[in-house]
Formats: sequence, C-alpha cells, structure tokens
Amino acid sequence: MNSKKKRIGVFVCHCGINIAGKVNIAEVVKRIQAQTDIISVIDHQYCCSDPGQNLIKQTIQEKKLDGVVVACCSPTLHEATFRKAVSSVGVNPYNCEIANIREQCSWVTEDKDKATDKATRIIKTIIKKVQHDEPLQPITIPIIRKAMVIGAGVAGIQAALDIANAGYPVFLLDKNPSIGGHMSQLSETFPTLDCSQCILTPKMVEAKQHPNITLLTYAEIESISGYLGNFKVKVRHKAKYVDWDKCTGCDICVGKCPKKTKDEFNQGLSERKAIYKMFPQAVPNRVVIDKDNCLYFQKGACRLCEKHCPFGAVKFDDQDQIIEYEIGAFVVATGYELLDKKILTSYGYGKLKNVIDGLQFERILSASGPFMGEVRRPSDGKIPEKVVFVQCAGSRDKENAMAYCSKICCMYTAKQAILYKHRVHQGEAIVFYIDIRTGGKGFEEFYKRATDEGVLYIRGKVSKIFERGDKIIVWGADTLTGKKIEVEADLVVLATAMISAVSKELAQKLKITQDEYGWFTEAHPKLRPVETLAGGFYLAGACQGPKDIPEAVAQSSGAASKVIGLFTSDTLEHLPVVAGVNEEICSGCAVCIDVCPYQARELVMTENEKKRIVKVIEVLCEGCGACSAACPVGAAQQKNFKDQQIQDMVKAGLE
Amino acid sequence: MEKSVTQSSNIPNEYEPKIIGFICKWCTSAGADLAGTSRMTYPPNMIPITVFCSSRIDPQYILWAFKNGADGVFIGGCHPNDCHYQDGNYKTMKRIPILRNLLKELAIEPSRLRLEWISASEADKFKKTITEFTEMIKKLGPLNLSL
Repeated sequence: MNSKKKRIGVFVCHCGINIAGKVNIAEVVKRIQAQTDIISVIDHQYCCSDPGQNLIKQTIQEKKLDGVVVACCSPTLHEATFRKAVSSVGVNPYNCEIANIREQCSWVTEDKDKATDKATRIIKTIIKKVQHDEPLQPITIPIIRKAMVIGAGVAGIQAALDIANAGYPVFLLDKNPSIGGHMSQLSETFPTLDCSQCILTPKMVEAKQHPNITLLTYAEIESISGYLGNFKVKVRHKAKYVDWDKCTGCDICVGKCPKKTKDEFNQGLSERKAIYKMFPQAVPNRVVIDKDNCLYFQKGACRLCEKHCPFGAVKFDDQDQIIEYEIGAFVVATGYELLDKKILTSYGYGKLKNVIDGLQFERILSASGPFMGEVRRPSDGKIPEKVVFVQCAGSRDKENAMAYCSKICCMYTAKQAILYKHRVHQGEAIVFYIDIRTGGKGFEEFYKRATDEGVLYIRGKVSKIFERGDKIIVWGADTLTGKKIEVEADLVVLATAMISAVSKELAQKLKITQDEYGWFTEAHPKLRPVETLAGGFYLAGACQGPKDIPEAVAQSSGAASKVIGLFTSDTLEHLPVVAGVNEEICSGCAVCIDVCPYQARELVMTENEKKRIVKVIEVLCEGCGACSAACPVGAAQQKNFKDQQIQDMVKAGLE
Repeated sequence: MEKSVTQSSNIPNEYEPKIIGFICKWCTSAGADLAGTSRMTYPPNMIPITVFCSSRIDPQYILWAFKNGADGVFIGGCHPNDCHYQDGNYKTMKRIPILRNLLKELAIEPSRLRLEWISASEADKFKKTITEFTEMIKKLGPLNLSL
C-alpha cells in the first residue's frame, strides 16, 4: 500500500431536500475539508444533473484529481452515471465510488445532527476505499449468443419470437407437454371479447415453425452455472414414454386407453386419459403418458396404447434425460397460478363443487371446455340460472391471504358475467366487489357494458358461502345501503388471487430475488422493470406481478429487446473487481480453490519452477471475495476490496 | 483473565454505541436501500460497509472493528440458498459461530456480533434488526477492550 497518495475530490449531493433536509451539508463539507489529504470538497444541489456532472468533470481537470467520492443516493442508481462522467475526463472509473448518504442515511434517520454525523462517517469510509482503489480495466469475455426462455405462456412465446426474429437462436422451455400457458385455457379476452385461442394458437404455431426456436417442452431446469453471457444450463427432459419423432398426434392411443384421471387443462372439471394430449391444439401436437396413472406402470399390465399405435411410438422404457445447453441470457416467464381455494375457509375450503374459480369458469365458457362452451355447473351439469361472482377472493385481504390487488379480476369478472349473460339470456349475474378498478384502455367502457347488459353489481364483501340443498348460499353485505344480503345461487365464481407460479426450487436455481409474496423483483421498480439484479436474467409477464395479456406481451418484448441488445456485440465487459494473488506470499495451499464457487482458481508452477502458486482465471471470477477471506496468509486479495482497504474503512467509520 | 468489559451500571447517559455493519451488496444492502426508499427510520449508529458477498468478510475484520472501537458488529447476508454467489452465505454461516466462541476468550460478549439473513425485499426486517441490535448494544454498554 505504498502507492502514491491519490488526489481525491469529494462531491456531496443535496438531492434537493432528500439529503439536505436531514443532513447539514455545510457541516459535512467542513468536516471532510478538515481532512488535509482531500484536495477538494464541493457540494451541489443535484450531482447527477448535467451541471452537477460538469462540475465534477471541471474540478477533476482543474485540480488534477485521480480519485472521486460522490456522496449521494444508492450506488445502484448512479454509480454508473458518475463512473462514466469521471472516465470521460481521464479518471479510471473504478477510482470513483459512491457514499450512500440517502437511502442508508438521510432517509432513515430522524435526528439531523445524527444524520450529519453518520453521513460524514460513511463518506470517510468511502474516501479510504478510494485511497486504495486500483485503476482497473474491464475484462472482455465472449458472449454465447443464444437465449433460453423459461415458461412458454404468451409472455414466453412473445419473447422467444422477438429474439428469434432478430436472428438469434432461442430455446423455449416449458414444464408442460405443450406451449401456450394459461392463455390457451381462456375463453375470450377482455375488453374486446376476441377468442383467446384464436389469437394465441397462430403464435404457438409460429414459435414451433420458427427456424431459430427450439421447443423444449415437458422439460425442467436442473441446474444453472456460469455467468452473464456464458451460462451452462442442465435441462431435465422428462420421460414422455412416447417417441415424439414417431408420434403424429393421431390420438388413437388416447381412444384405447382405459384409465381416466382428472384433466388439469380443464382445471379438474373433466377427465382425461393416462396417455393424453394436453389440449386439441397442443404444440407440439403430441401425446405423453402420465406414469402415475398408467395401468401398465402402476399394475404391470395393459399396454393397449402400445398395441394400437400405428407408428410404434409408445416407449415404456423411456427415461428422463439431462442435456446441457450453453446460453448467453435468459428470459424468465414463469407466470402465475391461482390461489388455492382451500385457503379461503369462509368460502367453503374449495370443497363445494359449485364454487369454482375464475380459470374453471373460463374452461366452462370455452368452446373446447368440459361442456363444449355451454354454461353448466360442475355438480349436476344443470344450466345455472343465477351466478354470483365474488371479486377479491384472497386479494386485498391481508388477514387471510394476499394483501395486494390481483389487478385483472375486475375486468375478467365483467367479461365472464357478460359472456354468461350472452349464453344464458334469462340468467342473473351478480357481482360482489370492493372497488371496481378499470385502469386500462377501454376498461371503464367495458365495465359500463357489463352493467348495461344487466349484470348486477353489489358493493360489499362476501362473508360466507355454503351449500343448502342444491343451491349455494352467499352471505354478503351491501355497503352502500348497509343491508345484509343473502343470495341463493346455482353457481359461484371466485376471482381468486393471482400468485407466482414459480417453485421455490426453480427460484433458487435462477437466483433472482423475490418479494414477500414470491413475485420476482425487477432491478428498479420504475426504470429497470424488465431487468433483474442477476446479470443475464430478464423478466417477462406475470412472474413479476399480476398483469393482463397486453401488459405481459409488452414486457416480454421489452425483455427480448434487452437480450437482443446484449447479443448485438459478441463480447461483453466483465466487472474487473476480481480476485488477485500475491505470488510472493502464496504458499500454494489451495484452500482458496476449495472455496471458489466458480472454479476460477487453479494451481500452477511459478515461471522459475520454484513453487506452486494459485492463479486466477479472471473471466470466471465473479468477485465474491470468498477466497480472500479464506486465504490463511493474505495472498488472495480481491481487487479494490483488499484487507488494508477494509481495515482502513472500518477505522474511518469508527473514528 | 482480567475482566475487561464495562458493567452496565457504568454506562454514561447519552451513550451512543459505535457499530460497524458489513452487509452484502445483493441482499442486505438492497434491503437497507428499500428501508430508505420506504422512509423507515432506525438508529443511525451502524456505519455500513458494503461488500459483494458476506463470504468476503474475513473474521479478522470483525476483530479489527472491535479493536478499533466498535461496540457491536453486524453482518448481513442473503438467506440460505439465495446467495448471489451460490453458497457464500454458507461459508459465513460456518465462520461466525467459530468466531463467537473466540470472542468469549477475548472477553467480548458474543452477542456484540450479530449475523442476520436479510433479503432485498425485507426492509422491515432490516429496520427491526438494526433497531434491536443497537438497543441491545446500548444496554451492554461500551466495549472497553484492554488490548
């Protein structure tokens, strides 16, 4: 650490009153100025503004600075801004550091004197860091220009098509045998009432036929290693027990299969066979055998499908296959599920047959659904004459389920009520609501259409739903009149809350942070809505939060454009804050090799062949610093996070 | 060994403990940022030092902090399985208890060292943890190490 003393300038940002309202800026400047080794301390209203950045650049040139501390907001916001600014006037960007005195000081401290004191200390720690910061050069690494889209609902399909159309190969992965996601289950879409499948299936077919898209259906992520631009992904291709190269999707086997089970695509409202196609328009149009329900697998006898398949496609000895793919970036489009009705105890625990959720009603309305588009109720197939729709079933309900608004339910309930009235003209549709939220193009008009077409809206929450004879009794309150209401309905549709569909295991493999409800967290809620803090992972659709179809599609194109932007270059700059080795004192004990999660360290002989030392493979190093903490002799040192640096930072924070 | 910790009866009235917080960039620092964005307030005693991963925190740093006048040291990392660097937090999980035992030998109350997993979305947990920890250190009083 005997390097020449840096000429450091400190710039303290007021951020309007965001910082200056709590931190006495003049006092901070005075205290930092008292440190004789600081060349210049200047404050500015908004350092990130053009005049602010120009002030920094001018000062650097006038005072010949080679180190800069900007005391302002979190580095996640403007570290890049200021590093770019200083490098434009010849200062190495890695010699510019941010002292976070807004998010971690002014915004969280009540007392002004204490905030001023804390801000000063934070700045002093960062000054120490800059004093030891080395000038670093970005490490250039090649990018594998292939993308993987995880989840093949409408969001995933859109992202895959956009990336593929830009000329890059895409692997479109889904856990189900067919692409399509929830949108393929919907009847019609709000507010235009166009048929969901009619607009989706052409896109599904386009994805299948696109020369740049490879469908990986009935597949799951096993593991992901590597880093932005250079991932290795192991994918488990689940055993289908059918050779898809031979299968033509003729469905003869389905007709012969004697075993029935609940049809997931119809949300359990009808039955499917043990060998099945997800739905008639499935893409790829192929069948799989559901091992858990197959008589041959469970009881050792049957094999009717094998006997009747004209193409010899049934393959009982099929096994899961793990295949590794090299990928440069991911679009995560894992989508949503509906909250399990069992959680809603006062609405019948999910046990009442004629109390269904929104997706089940979509299937009932669907022309390819369990009743071929006729509105019938699940228990006895009768046409319901009175249908009650309950909005916010598990949404906006912090005590019992989810605190958030699921956003799409107001509109899909209006749509379902309209469609019901179209199919059952004499039928009564009653909607219980807390508020009607129609924030969207054509939404308010659509809601008006529902009321105009005779749907009765009652403002109030439903307290209890139970069975009486073959009727479903709904107890609620009309909060506008203050009266209790009892409705005797034939069918109840719960607009249950949307929840994230991603499993805990998959979320952990993806390393994308999730909020308290399980939705993936974007890099910045306003300005980086499709990026994540995990480099190389972009978000599309409802995996990030409740969304309707156009919003999901728009976000998918946004995520795709990020991937395309990344792929326009065949190299990538890798953060140079990597580990280093002091060859003089490295004893070659290799402790650091064991702790490195990236296999970025290896043992080599020194040039004079005198001893074995550890060498860092810089492109593999992600800069966690685990090696530096583990090295028993202090030979492993993370660049710009050296022991001496952190020791001085600690001291400065305590002075 | 000579007892080198001040008894709580000797705590001065306006005592403000000095606390160093080593927090990881991806989870706890992001959680702290969210606490700021959400305008939560907590005691200002902890001076944060952000590192890329909690596994960067050499146990020596914690000893330096105590030696240089810290009354408490806080370590914040990602939840198990959520580490940005695969398994860095498991290394921290192993190191800290070992260091705690050593602290006893040095007559430093082990409770002056706190390790918590705080995610980027757990602003409230960050606020509560820092508030509680600061209060606890206040009760323990200054650490007068006779080194």
